[in-house]
Amino acid sequence: MIEFRSVTKKFPDGTVAVRDFDLVIPSRKTTVFVGSSGSGKTTLLRMINRMVDPTSGSISIDGEDTSTLEPVALRRRIGYVMQNSGLLPHFKVIENVATVPILNGVPRRRAHQEALTLLDTVGLDRSLADRYPSQLSGGQQQRVGVARGLAADPNILLMDEPFGAVDPIVRAELQVELIRLQRDLDKTVVFVTHDIDEAFLLGDQVVILETGGLIAQVGSPSEIMAAPTNEFVANFIGAERGKRALSIRSTGSGDILVDSSGRAAGILVAPTAPDAE
Amino acid sequence: MNFLIEAFQFIFDPANWGGSGGIGVRLVEHLWVSLLVVVIAAAIAIPVGFLIGHTGTGKSIAVIGSGGVRALPTLGLVTVIALSVGIGLTAPIIALVVLAIPSILAGAYSGFEAIDRRTIDAARAVGRTEWQIVTAVELPLGLPLLMGGLRSASLQVISTATLAAYVGGGGLGGFLFTGLRTNDYPQMLAGSILVIALALLSEGFFAILERVTVPAGVRAGLPTSVRARPSRSRATAA
Amino acid sequence: MNWVANNLPLILQRTGDHLAIAVPAIILSFVISIPIGWVAHHYRWSRGTVLTSIGLLYAIPSLPLFIVIPLIVGTGLRSPVNLVVGLTLYGIALMVRSTADALGSVDSNVEQSASAVGFSAWQRFWRVDLPLAGPVLLAGIRVVSVSTVSLTTVGAVIGISSLGSLFTDGFQRNITAEIYTGIVMTILVALVLDLILVMIGRALMPWIGAVSPRRAARNARAARRSGEVTA
Ligand SMILES: Nc1ncnc2c1ncn2[C@@H]1O[C@H](COP(=O)(O)OP(=O)(O)O)[C@@H](O)[C@H]1O
Ligand SMILES: [Mg+2]
Repeated sequence: MIEFRSVTKKFPDGTVAVRDFDLVIPSRKTTVFVGSSGSGKTTLLRMINRMVDPTSGSISIDGEDTSTLEPVALRRRIGYVMQNSGLLPHFKVIENVATVPILNGVPRRRAHQEALTLLDTVGLDRSLADRYPSQLSGGQQQRVGVARGLAADPNILLMDEPFGAVDPIVRAELQVELIRLQRDLDKTVVFVTHDIDEAFLLGDQVVILETGGLIAQVGSPSEIMAAPTNEFVANFIGAERGKRALSIRSTGSGDILVDSSGRAAGILVAPTAPDAE
Repeated sequence: MNFLIEAFQFIFDPANWGGSGGIGVRLVEHLWVSLLVVVIAAAIAIPVGFLIGHTGTGKSIAVIGSGGVRALPTLGLVTVIALSVGIGLTAPIIALVVLAIPSILAGAYSGFEAIDRRTIDAARAVGRTEWQIVTAVELPLGLPLLMGGLRSASLQVISTATLAAYVGGGGLGGFLFTGLRTNDYPQMLAGSILVIALALLSEGFFAILERVTVPAGVRAGLPTSVRARPSRSRATAA
Repeated sequence: MNWVANNLPLILQRTGDHLAIAVPAIILSFVISIPIGWVAHHYRWSRGTVLTSIGLLYAIPSLPLFIVIPLIVGTGLRSPVNLVVGLTLYGIALMVRSTADALGSVDSNVEQSASAVGFSAWQRFWRVDLPLAGPVLLAGIRVVSVSTVSLTTVGAVIGISSLGSLFTDGFQRNITAEIYTGIVMTILVALVLDLILVMIGRALMPWIGAVSPRRAARNARAARRSGEVTA
């Protein structure tokens, strides 16, 4: 469990990126911060692994105040995946994945061995192990980034718009993959995105942010969709534009779902999985 | 430190200033040779550099040529020319011109490169002729880097003109070589201090000149600003 | 050609003397420039001060500097150490800026991600910043190498033996071939050292050859820019 208690971050230049922020991030669930650019998502994420230190307030992980922990050691036990993968261009794929274990003192051979297994886990062919990141496609690089984030077997995985720079088809693949991974691994994932659809797809808990790290609404996707707390949220999730306000219309060949402007948006099917939202 | 005191005594002794081998004459010789060399080198390098910069062709030849000159030992050049044309001023002047050209050339064409191509396209689009583009856009905007090129060339020339005295070409180097022959370290030191002072003065002079000649808008702004852009500024400071 | 054939041992000897001065100076300027360049890069307030004072160093003419150095270092006027010290100072004058630029050329995204996964500041410098600054550092040290090899000859006029001695000797004894030999050998030494640096660069930076065409072009541009150091 990660807990923010009245956290404020004011940068030296006077920008208040986050103001008086309170939140509990449950363990073994995916929490998504979603908000437009500049709303303080990255700052929030980086305060968890102390890349950024709060100006006031406190953050604790499983009851331990992070300000009492050594930042470098803390970061080594928290996975971090960022946009454009953030891979080290001068390390081979395998070395990138094994970076953190090696920093933690795991013998190189063993670290590489485990890194190979991780490549399997994220769905990458082992033959890519000896390539440099620049020799991979964007989607493959992101997978390596995820593998690196998982390498130290952290309880917490921080992901900052990890799929922001890949094309929509690859992004969809990666999202599905992440859902599968999360089902197997059961990490506490904190995911940042500006894409509300991605947030609803991945999040158990979704946090909609306004500028200044102001929480507009927290809840499960269905809670938020069913009852946006204010106009900002409604706007943000697209309810206003009618994108999500669907209704059933019967056509000659069967029933379909249409949005508020009458465009076809989907079909109605019976729930297949018991845990479907 | 005694040597240093003696060297300064040498410099400030009025008896050492007059006469044909005095500080006054040699200072003037040194400056005159340096000026002449920079003017000749500029007369060759600036038009060529502008041509390269404006047309964008021939740059790789210029870069390779400049690199080659950098590897060429000036002392070797001076002595070998002196053996064929005789001792005196001619050999050092030729050698120093060769030495000075690359800096000025680089300053001239990189000045052009630093200009945002869109500025030039815009000038073309509003109907300026090629000549107008050169004089009204490229020259003023490329000036800072050209000045930088001239500055580093002058510095190199003033420094290296010290070698002129080795082949009987006069200048402040004379004190160095006289001192060397007669085992008079204070005199060598005095000559060295004078050359160093002259070089630093030249740097200061150009620093002021750059302030005066470079349009304020250019200095304050954009990609041409020599000092604001670390990646490019080497072309000037070397 | 006759002169060369008759004087091979002399040429070799002078080449050896030359290398014994130039190589330590090149290595020393590289090593010393790294911490100074790091300070200039890391502390923004220091950048202007450091780079300007280092730039002034470069404004000091070489021959006079070689004459002043014994006064400061306490060596004899004709000691090769003078030359090594002086050339190292020049090398530093060029290399500090290259180093600051090189460290500045490292993608800040990569630096941040290295910190994020738990590199300590020290580890990040050695394993991430320094290697990634490599291409620009290499371009810088190549320039230093060429100019050092060329400047080493100047010491000959104050009697410090190097390939430059072939110039002074040839001039005094009116042997043009000797001077030409000196010029050719100086350039050859510069070329060989340059080649060695390039090969060291290749060996130490295997990822460079592997980059995508777009990034390769960007690296080449950065390298070329700092290659203009003395251009
Ligand atoms: N290092 C910094 N210094 C000053 N301001 C910053 C810094 N990092 C972020 N900010 C500012 O804080 C605000 C939030 O930034 P960020 O957390 O990056 O937002 P997001 O990730 O949601 O786009 C923005 O206004 C941004 O400009
Ligand atoms: Mg962000």
